This record gives sequence, C-alpha cells and structure tokens, in this order.
Amino acid sequence: MNIKDVLTAPKNEVLFLLGNEAAVRGALEAGVSVTSTYPGTPSSEIGDVFSKVAKDADIYFEFSTNEKVALEVAAAAAVSGLRSFTFMKHVGLNVASDSLMTTAYSGVNGGMVVLSADDPSMFSSQNEQDNRHYAQLASIPLLEPSNPQEIKDIMNYCYQLSEEFQIPVLIRTTTRVSHMRGVVKLDSIFKSKNIGFFYKDPERFVPVPEAARKMHKKLMEKMNKLQERANESTLNQIFHKNGSLGVITSGGAFNYVMDVVEENNLPVNVLKLTFTHPFPEETVLEFINDVEEILVVEEVDPVMENAVLAVLGKQGVKKGIHGKLDGSLPLIYEYNPGIVLNGIKKVLNIKTIEKEIQETSIPLPERPPTLCPGCPHRAIYYSVKKVISDLDLENVIFPTDIGCYTLGIESPYKAGDYLLSMGSSIGTSCGFSKATRQCIVSFIGDSTFFHAGIPPLINAVHNKDRFVLIILDNRTTAMTGGQPHPGLPVDGMGEEAPEISIEKIVEAMGIKFLRNINPLNLKQSQLILREALEYHGVAVIISKYPCMLIKSKVKKNNFVVEVKDDCINCATCIKDLSCPAIYAENDTIRIDPKLCRGCSVCIQLCPEKAIKVKKRNINY
Amino acid sequence: MKPFNIYISGVGGQGIIKTSIVMGEAAMKMGKPVVMSEVHGMAQRGGVVSTELKIGSSRSPIIQNGHADLLLAFEPLEALRAIHKINRNSYVIINTSPIMPFNISESKYSYPDISIILEELNSKSKKLYAIDGVKIAKKAGHILSLNMVMLGGASAVPGFPLDEKILIESIKDNLPQKSLITNLKAFKEGFISVSE
Repeated sequence: MNIKDVLTAPKNEVLFLLGNEAAVRGALEAGVSVTSTYPGTPSSEIGDVFSKVAKDADIYFEFSTNEKVALEVAAAAAVSGLRSFTFMKHVGLNVASDSLMTTAYSGVNGGMVVLSADDPSMFSSQNEQDNRHYAQLASIPLLEPSNPQEIKDIMNYCYQLSEEFQIPVLIRTTTRVSHMRGVVKLDSIFKSKNIGFFYKDPERFVPVPEAARKMHKKLMEKMNKLQERANESTLNQIFHKNGSLGVITSGGAFNYVMDVVEENNLPVNVLKLTFTHPFPEETVLEFINDVEEILVVEEVDPVMENAVLAVLGKQGVKKGIHGKLDGSLPLIYEYNPGIVLNGIKKVLNIKTIEKEIQETSIPLPERPPTLCPGCPHRAIYYSVKKVISDLDLENVIFPTDIGCYTLGIESPYKAGDYLLSMGSSIGTSCGFSKATRQCIVSFIGDSTFFHAGIPPLINAVHNKDRFVLIILDNRTTAMTGGQPHPGLPVDGMGEEAPEISIEKIVEAMGIKFLRNINPLNLKQSQLILREALEYHGVAVIISKYPCMLIKSKVKKNNFVVEVKDDCINCATCIKDLSCPAIYAENDTIRIDPKLCRGCSVCIQLCPEKAIKVKKRNINY
Repeated sequence: MKPFNIYISGVGGQGIIKTSIVMGEAAMKMGKPVVMSEVHGMAQRGGVVSTELKIGSSRSPIIQNGHADLLLAFEPLEALRAIHKINRNSYVIINTSPIMPFNISESKYSYPDISIILEELNSKSKKLYAIDGVKIAKKAGHILSLNMVMLGGASAVPGFPLDEKILIESIKDNLPQKSLITNLKAFKEGFISVSE
C-alpha cells in the first residue's frame, strides 16, 4: 500500500489500515477541513498521514507548537463553521484541557472531533491516565471504537453528533486500537468548503462569568439530550446472548472479550458500548435484566464499572457487579486475551486445568532502547559527564525532558534525574535553583522547547535562577518519527515556512550567557560547558546537530571509523560512550561498519588515539 | 475458522513491520479476515520489535500466550524471549545470526549460546527450522533482504495460509521496485531453506 491510498482509494475498496490511518480516512470521508496536532505516540501516524495527503485533499493540516494550540486552531475553525479534527496522545490532552473545558461551554458550529490516544501499560508514555475522565470533566460526548473499521466509520457519526448538539466530541483510542491494523472497507471522500465565516456572538463565545453561568446550564441541557441519544445509539450493541453473566465492555477490551468467549464457548451475554458518555443507562438496565451477574471489562480505570454501580444504585437493583473494584480483573495496565479469560472464568467459577504457559529457565539479557549510533545527544551527554568529573562537581541535578534524549537516564550517562512532563526540565530547574545549593544541568529538545519551554525560561530569568540549560537542537521532533517544528523552514504540509530562531528567542529574554556548540566537537563543547558551569545565572547552550536518522536520509555518510593496532583494549570508548556500533570481541575492541555513522566522537575521546577514519566500503 | 497466529519478533531495523504488512495485505487479497498489532515509538530505538498477525476470524490482534501457530524470529535471543507465545504444536523459524544488545558487556546475563537457544526452542515446539538468514540474504544480494528470507521460510511451513503467488504480488506492492529482484530471490531461498 502507498500511504496516499488513504486519500485516493475509491469507495468499496478495502485497505489494510492502521487504526491511525483509518482515522484520517474517516475524517476525509466526513468532509473535514482543518486538522491539527502535536505529535505523540500512539497518535503520531494520524499527523504523518495528514501531512502527506492534506495538500492533495485540499484541506488544512498543521503540526501546532503544542496540543493546546492545536485544540484552539480546531476550535476556531469549528466556530467558523468548518469541520475540524485535532488529535493527540493522552498526556497531550492535559496540555489542551484548559481550552477544551471552555470549548464545551461555548460549543461549536461546524463539527469538532478531538481524538485522545491513550497508552495503557505505557509503551511510550510517562503515565497511563484514562482520558475517558475528560469527557466527564468537560461534559462532552465520548466514543470508544474497537478497531480500524470502527474508527473510520465513527468519524462521520461524531461530526453529525457534534453539529447537531453544537458540542465537541471526544474519541478515545488506546495503543492497541491505534496501532492495530485491519481490513477497512472505504466509503467516498466528501469535499466540503474550506473557508468558513465567524459570526460574532460574545454572549456565546466569551465566557465572562455572567455568560459562563448561562453556558454551563445550556451544556447540562445538551448532555441530558445526549444521554437519550446514547441510549438510542445502535453503536451500543449486544453480541452474545446465552448465559447468566452479562459482560459490559468497550474499546480494545471488547476484542479480547469476543475472542475468548467465542473460542471457549463461554456462557455469557456481551454488551459492547461504543457511545459511553453520557452513559447509556437505559441500554445497560435493559441488558442486565436478563442476567444475574455483571462483569465490566475496560482499560484502564473503572469508569464504566462506577457508572454501572451508580445506575444500579439509582434503580435499587441488586446484582453482583464484578470488574476491577472486586479484584476480578487487574486495576492497572492493559489487558490481553489471557487476562480477560481468567477474569470471566473467575466470575463464572469455571475451574479448568490450564495449559501451562511455556517459560525458559535460561536467563535473558535485556535489550533496552538506546540512542542511535552517531546520535548527537550521546556526544553532549559524554561531554557533560566528562566536564563534571574533571571539575569534581558532586550531586549535580539533571532535570530532563521528553524526547529521545530522555534515554540519557541510561548508563553510562545517567543524566536524567527528574521529569514530570513536556517542558518540566526548565520549570523544575527553577525550583531546584531556589530549593537547593546543588549544581543544575538541565536538558530540553528543540521541539519540546517550542512546545512548553519558553514560559519557564522567562520565569528563570525574571526570578534570577542559576542553572545550565542545554537545548538539544537536532532539527526535528525525533522520538515520534521526525516531524517538523517551528524551528525548521518547512511546515506540516511540506510548504516553506518562516524558521523561528531558538537563539533569538533566548536572546530576547535577556539571557547573557548564550553559546552555540556543535556537540560532535568535544573540545569546544567541553570548554563552553566549563564556562557555563561557572556562570552565576541562567546559562543557555544550544547544542545543534541534526538527528542522524534525518541526516542519513538526506546524505549517506561515506566514511566510517576503524580500530587501529595501537588499541590497548582499555575499553574507555565502550565504558564512557556506549555507542551500539562499538563492541568487544574476546576483549578486542571492534567497530561495526554497518552501524557506524562516522560521527567521529570515539576518535576524539580515545586516550590512545587508536581509532581512525576509514573510507566506507561502497558495497555496504 | 480458527485463526492462524503468527508472532514475529526481532530487533528494530530488521524490517519486521514491513514483512507483517506484506502478509496482512496478502491475506486481505485472498479475502481472509486478518488483524495485526504493531509497536511504534520509543520501543523501536534499537530495542525489541514484535508484531502479531492473526489470519482468520479474530477480533483482537493480540495472540494469547501459548496460542501462536508460528513464531518467526529474526534474532535468536528474541526467539527465546517470545517462548511464552508458543506451544508444543507450534512451528518456529529462527534466523541464527545474533545481534548483541548494545549494553551486553554491562549486562547481568551474558548472551546465551546459540546451541542452547536452539535446544530450548526445539524442546518447546513441534518443529524448529534454524536458518542462517543473514548468510542467505547476503547471497541473494543484500543483507537487508533478510526479512524476505524469513517470509519465504514462513511460507514453507505446514498450514501457512497464504498463497505464494499472492504473497509475491504483495511484496511487489510494498517493497521498492529497485530491490525487487534481490527480494524475490531472498524469498525463494528462504522457502527452500525451510522446505529442505
């Protein structure tokens, strides 16, 4: 498949689509006009696909500086009468939540869909928060699709719902749904207008307290009507009816339930809820009429389970409710077929002799993720550690941030001590500067700096903090697959765009110590790091070198390095640099030419000068 | 129809996701239901990569522990790490060329001896096919065609549900034209190495 097929494939064709790709097709079929995001796993591929097809589809797409801006772009488009779509990872919605709350109050004209891709079990995230709570917090409808076809199909429904009730709609996926691939049957693309018009209505759009009070009342009226809609929704469906146990489930968990129920012929009724907020109370009451006990299967928090308990409590119905709260199912982490099967069996009191799951007694070495060979972050981490050791500094605090460079927590660098969220490296540096007398060296990436690093850096200057901030400018949003950001001369649709200079921003804040370094030049980097560590105030170093993954796409490097006979196998390179290309074979140091990117950092740090440049064998 | 479950594991950069998509699209072309799970993001930076593919009627893309019909392991250590997915009726194809974890010199455990890995997998599966995929790929023309060697191998396993002709069509749809000859050669050599 070519990724452009997401746009060009005709009605009734089938494609093998990732959940995230299906979301794009669904939005295009619904006639979306304005789309925005800040990249974050597991939602990133939605933006990657839009960035490739938006121009041909004649719609607008942008990588916004952060999720709050992305949501605001979508909100303004929607109040101007266009259909908009903003999508982000779960923690991104925290950033956007301030504006989301008010968008619910003032409402929309064109349909507005917000997609939150949650990450149960934290494959690539700092927490596994369950963003279904946001639907309750903001009072907006919530839908939970289970597979790529449903994601696609649900988009159009969400836009209709959003426009009918003039309210943004939240879609919640999880990693296993966003990154699930399945056969998707397509419908036609709908091309709607892409120029809207904003009709002024301050009583509706400017929530001063007087207006906001009215808005909240109106929102509650909408939610009451939406509850009827949830009860009527055919998206909430009963799948099996042959038992005394009723299983209520949603999203990715529904897939596990169906697989184990069908494979094991379990005597249960299954209610799949897709429209889950406002909670379809009548649908649930009707369903549980026929069963004696209920098991709620959902990821991550007991959101529906609490809602079922509340419904039964209100109606005075007494039935056993099982799920997370009584320990039938685990309270945290993602589920899988085995976990769900055990939960159902536990409640049904089925005791079967389980086929033993095979294990190995051979101890397995871990294979942790690491910085790529030639990654400029490795070079700067090496230099920071070297200078700190040369200066005999102790108890240095390394606030770090979100990106590939978070891997700096690993040995031998161990340069990551505190991390909360995007931009927290600088905000927490301010706090450490006030709370301790320890030396502080803080790290933030270029995209993260634009996202959330600017306000805390202003804070640091104004409040006279003292720390060293290293801005790791690798010219891309690397961790999520290399998306552009405002520091690059290109935008989300591949058009030329003004490049915002990090250096000038920092300068404008009145920061006196500002230096640019090439991190691959160890001598220069270490000299400047020394100066910065002695500086009283906020010292900013911009460490600028492109990500090797991006660089190697543009230009193949034609040299590698090799170990000479002078090598005494002291292994300083392995111990201090830990580059995946350097390894020891029977205590002899070797460099894997397939992995080496010729960054030359090992040449500079070798105490014996025993590593040298070698022309790359053209056959590799 | 009970699905044919394939668990594919290896290391980032070996072409595992692409191989899985080739199989998935081939299944789709044959009109078979198919679902797949893939891992993106942080886990890819030189770490373990795995995909799960279920061809046949199934809603969840996750293979229950012990339910894989075929384990396609691009790397020996990662084959062993996936042992909970197979049972004594599963087939295993393993590329015997190891990729050392970058931090192996500091690791608590050393990289297990290949012969021990093979013995362990042999005792816990129906049949183990150990092939030197890297060598076969190089012979076919390029080390990067390892994934097609593995795919060719998979297609030789008893019960493998995909048609060779349609698989080749899917390879043509998904891989660059310029490396097609090498890739098809690798596919064929992979098939032969497992059939023998």
